[in-house]
Amino acid sequence: MSKTITIDPVTRIEGHAKITLQIDDRSEVSEAYFHVTQFRGFEKICVGRPFYEMPTLMERICGICPVSHLLASAKACDALLAMKVPPSAGKLRRILNLAQLIQSHALSFFYLSSPDLLIGMDGDPKDRNLFGVMRKHPELGRGGIRLRQFGQQVIETLAGKRIHPAWVVPGGVTEPLSIEKRDKLLAQIPEVIAIVQKTLAWFKIEFENFREEIRSFANFPSLFMGLVTADDRAGYYEGKLRFTDSHGNIVADKLEAANYADFLGEAVEPFTFMKLPYYKPLGYPGGIYRVGPLARINMVENCGTPLAQQEWIEFRALERGAVLSSFHYHYARLIEMLFALEHIEEYLLDPIITETHARYSASLNNLEGVGCCEAPRGTLIHHYRVDEQGLITWANLVIATGHNNLAMNRGILQVARHFVRSEKLNEGMLNHVEAVIRAFDPCLSCSTHAYGQMPLQIRLLSADGKLLDELHRKSSSGNHD
Amino acid sequence: MSPAPAVKTLLIDGKDVSASGDQTILGAARENGISIPTLCHLDGLTEVGACRLCLVELKGSTRLQPACVMLVEEGMEVTTHTPRLQKYRRMILELLFAERNHVCSVCVANNMCELQDQAEAHGITHVRFPYRSPSLPVDASHERFALDHNRCILCTRCVRVCNEIEGAHTWDLLGRGVNSLLISDLHEPWGESDTCTSCGKCVQVCPTGALFDKSKVGGKVRKNPDFLSYLNEMREGLR
Repeated sequence: MSKTITIDPVTRIEGHAKITLQIDDRSEVSEAYFHVTQFRGFEKICVGRPFYEMPTLMERICGICPVSHLLASAKACDALLAMKVPPSAGKLRRILNLAQLIQSHALSFFYLSSPDLLIGMDGDPKDRNLFGVMRKHPELGRGGIRLRQFGQQVIETLAGKRIHPAWVVPGGVTEPLSIEKRDKLLAQIPEVIAIVQKTLAWFKIEFENFREEIRSFANFPSLFMGLVTADDRAGYYEGKLRFTDSHGNIVADKLEAANYADFLGEAVEPFTFMKLPYYKPLGYPGGIYRVGPLARINMVENCGTPLAQQEWIEFRALERGAVLSSFHYHYARLIEMLFALEHIEEYLLDPIITETHARYSASLNNLEGVGCCEAPRGTLIHHYRVDEQGLITWANLVIATGHNNLAMNRGILQVARHFVRSEKLNEGMLNHVEAVIRAFDPCLSCSTHAYGQMPLQIRLLSADGKLLDELHRKSSSGNHD
Repeated sequence: MSPAPAVKTLLIDGKDVSASGDQTILGAARENGISIPTLCHLDGLTEVGACRLCLVELKGSTRLQPACVMLVEEGMEVTTHTPRLQKYRRMILELLFAERNHVCSVCVANNMCELQDQAEAHGITHVRFPYRSPSLPVDASHERFALDHNRCILCTRCVRVCNEIEGAHTWDLLGRGVNSLLISDLHEPWGESDTCTSCGKCVQVCPTGALFDKSKVGGKVRKNPDFLSYLNEMREGLR
């Protein structure tokens, strides 16, 4: 008899979602859907507003990665002004982006996913949280908090505040970086690099215990997409788009992000508010691709910084061709943190970084502009059209998490088929399905951080809607948006 | 030359105060270090008594009086801060927020806005009235400046400064009550105005993000309406 299982809501992710699993007559999972149940509407909210308001408006999309939206939006506005930003502003923006990557990755790895790794996928939900991590492995917990703090401190030092700064503006940044502030940041880098190195050493031993998860966590061939610089490194702030396949071969290269509509389609399905982008030449849903840390590490031939390069070599040796298991998003995240720290140091040591001329001005020169950067979760595209007065007439946002939508849906199906077999539900089974989503670190509204506090309900229904089994996790306190 | 007005003595918040007979309660209070909140008032412009934030209590009267237009009188006993006044001031501010779309977090005047300052000073953490959420346009047709009706509180400082100081009278109000709208010339786009001299005085006196300089967006540049006193003093030969 066929049945439907609903996991609503999915916990320890950013935003609101539920999962539906359909069980066929042989008690096997036949279909899996990842439903994003919230609707934001920013593409409509911005219509009629002046373009120079976009960076501060659009960064409100997210409380975790506001910097990514701030940068993509400011770059789209730079395109409307048809201008380049001062060299110091370009480097400062890059540092800001990497600091954001560090704090977001630290949040994803240590706060949201390390409980699964340390306490175990089937561990008691009461311990499967950051406090459980702190009890079992205090050094790891403390390191995670420190890394996130460092990322946020860099953002605050540069941009004035940690969340929703208004420092990046069309044409550059509003304030240059002082020598004192630069030196203060530089002094902290060796300590935080050591934390990432220790975590990497721990993780490389630990992941041997997750062979089953590595095999089944969205482990399938797909394309990978990301920004690549002219010297063939992952481009977090600049570059052109590249697609590679599961063998590591380049499928398409040097694609201008501004022409994204030529090669990216955006499908819409009735079961979710999140669009499903696909690589146009392969059609829908065949044009499935992944973005984010795993894609970025898979796509380039070198990292460009000495410590991260060593880790990158080790990582790529995991498989011939591309590393395909989405479980390794976690691993890639750690390598990226190392890379980001080394790169921040490099930028800070460049004398240009404290130059005081950090903003150019211009008036509206183009009626259409696209801005693209790599957010912690993948490629982010902002695309605006304006009228002659500079008021937005149309906007399209291709959000990093959206690119992974097809892969997440397929990943859930793979994990559910592997772990969900019984008619009797159990918590660990449910957590495996959620954990594959966590590996992608989706940012659905990017504002909910109710770790372990959101109520969780899973229901097993027969085809005629009869409730066969039910599992509840009670909310320990209200969640907050 | 007319004779100087007689000096009046009065009590403001229990403090003995003397003021010239042509002074308002607001003027006398501020001169003596007693603060009364205002939004539509600006030193150097005529008073309109529009925002009602400066309402005060007078002994012997149940009616509240706007301090910005009420002249001092001999023996007056004025109270500027009472629970009743606080209640009305909060209500006025909340109604201003509910009337249009004041979204501080994304406003160009965030942290540099007199309405926001007043809300903070009055401890407003939320608005009890339903938001009207009107659909209002932005006029960005001017080369340097823009007008966002969503942030306008109809204080008419811009109308007065343009008329009284610049002498251009580009700005005026269209309609009545809650439907009033700031217009340039005969309701034409600002950028097509024949009278606007692009002096920017209206932008400097605007207490919110309704009128702003496009090139200063995000620059944390506070508006500077203090030029008005200077201009007036120059005109009156005091400087």
